[in-house]
This record gives sequence, C-alpha cells and structure tokens, in this order.
Amino acid sequence: MTTELFIQYCFAGLTYGSIYAIVAIGFNIIYNTTGIINFAQGEFVMLGGMISISLLPFMPMPLAIASAVVLTMVIGALIEIVFIRWLKDPSVLRMIIITIGISILTREAASHVWGENIRALPYFIGNEITAISILGARISPQVLVVIGVCGLMVATLGVFFKTTSVGRQMRACSANRTAAVLCGINTRNMVTFSFILSAGIGALAGCIMSPITYSQYDIGTGLAIKGFTVAIIGGLGNAGSAVIAGLLLGLIEAFSVSVVPLAFQDAIAIAILLIILFVRPHGLFGSSEAAGLKEF
Amino acid sequence: MLKIRNLESGYGKIRVLKRISMHVDPGEIVTIIGANGAGKTTLLATIAGLVKATSGEMIFRGQELAATAAERIPALGCVMVPEGRQVFATLTVEENLILGGHVLQQREGSRAVSENLEHQYQLFPILRDRKQQLAGTLSGGEQQMLAMARALMSKPSLVMMDEPSTGLAPLIVREIFQVIVRLRDEGNTVLLVEQNAKAALGIADRGYVLETGKIILQGPAEDLLANNDVQRAYLGREKIEGEE
Repeated sequence: MTTELFIQYCFAGLTYGSIYAIVAIGFNIIYNTTGIINFAQGEFVMLGGMISISLLPFMPMPLAIASAVVLTMVIGALIEIVFIRWLKDPSVLRMIIITIGISILTREAASHVWGENIRALPYFIGNEITAISILGARISPQVLVVIGVCGLMVATLGVFFKTTSVGRQMRACSANRTAAVLCGINTRNMVTFSFILSAGIGALAGCIMSPITYSQYDIGTGLAIKGFTVAIIGGLGNAGSAVIAGLLLGLIEAFSVSVVPLAFQDAIAIAILLIILFVRPHGLFGSSEAAGLKEF
Repeated sequence: MLKIRNLESGYGKIRVLKRISMHVDPGEIVTIIGANGAGKTTLLATIAGLVKATSGEMIFRGQELAATAAERIPALGCVMVPEGRQVFATLTVEENLILGGHVLQQREGSRAVSENLEHQYQLFPILRDRKQQLAGTLSGGEQQMLAMARALMSKPSLVMMDEPSTGLAPLIVREIFQVIVRLRDEGNTVLLVEQNAKAALGIADRGYVLETGKIILQGPAEDLLANNDVQRAYLGREKIEGEE
C-alpha cells in the first residue's frame, strides 16, 4: 500500500469514525440519564440533514444548518415529552421499545415528507472535486470540516458536563437518580435536556456529513447500528472512550476495503459488536470496576 | 416544625405505615427506633416524598408535604440523608457537595454555596482533603460524612437521617453521632432513624418507638432508655430485673 493510499484510507476512516463517535455520544447522553438506549438516535442525524437541505433554498447555509439543529432539538424535546415523560416508573425494556417505535414512525414520516430521493447539502468549501494535498493524498476540505466540527463538539460537551450547573445535574442524575431527587434536582427535566442535547449533536453531525455521505430518509438505521456498536465498544455511558472507539471502527472499516469486498463493510461492524458483547460486555475501555460504581 | 397526623403509606397494596402521628420541634433531635421492617425507612421516605402517602397529613412549616413533588421538598428546607449513603459515586467529593447546594444556589446564589462549602469543610475536614477524589472511592465512614455534608449544603431547617450507623465501625459511628450532636448545638433540627437504639437515644431529646408500622411508645429519650419494654426489645438487656 502506498503512503498516499494509506493516508487516503486514514482520512476516510476518521471522517466516518467521527460521525459514529457523535452518534455514540448521543446514545451515551440519553443512556446516562435514563438507562435506556434511544434507538431513534440515528433519526436525529437524518432529520438534521434533511431539514437543512429543505431550508437551504430560503436562507444561507449556516442559518439553514442552525435552524435544522434547533428544529431537531425541538423534535427531540417533543419526543421525550409526548412519549416518555408522563410514564410512571417505566421499565427499561418498555422505554427501549418506545424508542424503536419512534424510530420507525420518524422514518416513515420522513419518507412521506421527503420521498425516497437521495439529497445532499452542497460542499461547505469548494465542490466535489476541490481537494487539499496532504502528503500526496488528495483530501476534500469537507472531510476536514467533519473531523474538526466533531472534535469541537466533543470538546464543548466535555466542558459543558464538567463546568456548567446543568451538566453537573445531568451527571448527578446518571450517577444516582434517587440522590439527585433528594438534592432537589428535577430529574424529569434532566431527561428532557438529554434528549434535546442528543438531538442537537446528532442533527449537527447530520448536516456536516451530508455533502459526503448524502442524506436520505432511511440513513438513521444504519447509523444507529454503527453508533450502538461504538457505544458498546467504548463501554456504555462512557463518552470519552466512545470517541476512540468511533475512530477505531471508522479506520477498521476504511482499511477493510483493501482486504474484503465493500459489501462486507457493515458486516464487520456487526461482527465486532457481537464479539465485544460476548467477550467484554462492559466495553474495551470501560473498566468493570467503574461499571460497578454505576447504578445501571 | 413538622407535624404528622394519621399518616398512612406503603408500596402498592402493602400498607406499611398505620396512622402515624408525630411531631418535631425546632432545635431538637428526635429519633425513631424500631426493629428491621418496622417501617422506619418508609416513614422517612414518605416525608421526603419518595413514597406517596395514601392518607393523613404532613405539615412542614405550614406546607402540606403530601401534595409536594419529591424534588421540591428540599427547597422547603427538609432534606434527607438516605440509608446506605447514596453519594454520586462517579463524581468528585466537591461536585457532590455543590449538587447538595443546588436549592441554596437557586435561593441565595452561588456566593452562598461557596460560603457554605467552606463551612462544611470546616465541619468535616476529611472531605477537604479528599475533595478532588471520586466519591465512590471513599471509605464507608467518609461517604456517610459526605452524604451528611451534601444534605447540609442546602442549609435545611430539618435534616432527616436514615440509619447513619449502618455498616460502620463503632469508632466511626461515635464520630458520626458527635457530628449530629454538634449540628443540634448549632441550631439545626434532626430527625434520626436508627436501629442502634442505644446510641440514638443517647443523643436524642425525644424518641418514638415504631413497631410493625405503628408508634407504640413515645417520650423523652431518657424515659425511653429507662423503659423496661424498650430495654428488653431494643437495648438487648434481658436480665436486668434486680439491678439498680
């Protein structure tokens, strides 16, 4: 393999990897406050892309993206308020099945609104053939945008959870819900916040990846599976290692193209998921001790 | 401060508390003693709103607690230190304390929180040494102190403690009880639930004896300590006839 090809694969892997990482972080945020896997997470990514594309004729792109993110956050909040908030002591299984239902519902609604056409936002910088040369490899600037924005999101989320009051309350909720109630924290609001936050980062990821990966009403399912794999590899609830796991899966997929046919790419993620679930259910990086400190 | 009349509550169809009436006055330590399963924890959980009362009334400083959501009760000035500590294990000691000050922050602002944080570090110096450590890595005694300090961070008018001595070495238990006395001396009001009846009655002003969900005895702590039934049932002194 030549150096150029190697770097080309690396960047392809990092691009998809950072998208997977963002989806996985979305899973983790909701998992941490509720103990459930929100299988509609991939739909947030789809909605972000599709809404921004629909808004584009009416406003400049940055505004279209911002509006799409805000609208998806509103949808995230509505989903939580309508389907989850009023449930009294729901079991984890019941909530998970609800999210699967929401995922199907959103997907079908999207296919009615937008049809089955494949759409895409235009490239943010230049067009399809604009490329920057890095060590001989030709990289689209959009790739750097995706990697950069995802990195920025991760850093911002880290600061948010560490230093802000709402971030701290959300972590308290995930560490011990009863104790959070006894501190006077409104845990139901924290659950709503976690849906809003997950919807927001998912939608933003959906916008920035759209020029490269395209947007369609049903991209959510595939992304949810990849994101779920990454969340499991990193250890559920562990946002930091989700980033590493996401990039790892992205790179593995990218390099696998040189060994096995492209059609097997998705099978690789599923195979990794199954192996991890059998061998290390607490994830590659999550320690079983840290998992023991958690309530869920 | 707290007046409870004919309170009943339980889980599902199981009625645990039966027509409980009791009160707590400002500045006193009131203890509730009783055997395992007598309903002590359920009583505190009902006052804190974690378990819904099925009938009766609980008036705390003029407010009906039964109609108040659990997360709003701390803001009224009534906080509970739960059994088994229940600290935020994956957060640092200092973050735990700041979260405890959540209602104080809403009421009086961040300045009050940092002042009170300093006060708690004076009261529990060990927590200052450990403030950057994850709470889950503390010893049992340290976690109990953290849970107490976290509750006190809200500057409550009533602190309810559920079995603070559970699973702790006798020396640590003594230290915890000394802290409770100091809290009272500083003007706090404490409602203490304990299985360790002797230690609890030793520091309390008044006490209630709970048995199968009913209050069977009440009075000043020294009277209960001297009561034959209490001694036989809870203080483990079977053969004391003839003594004194």
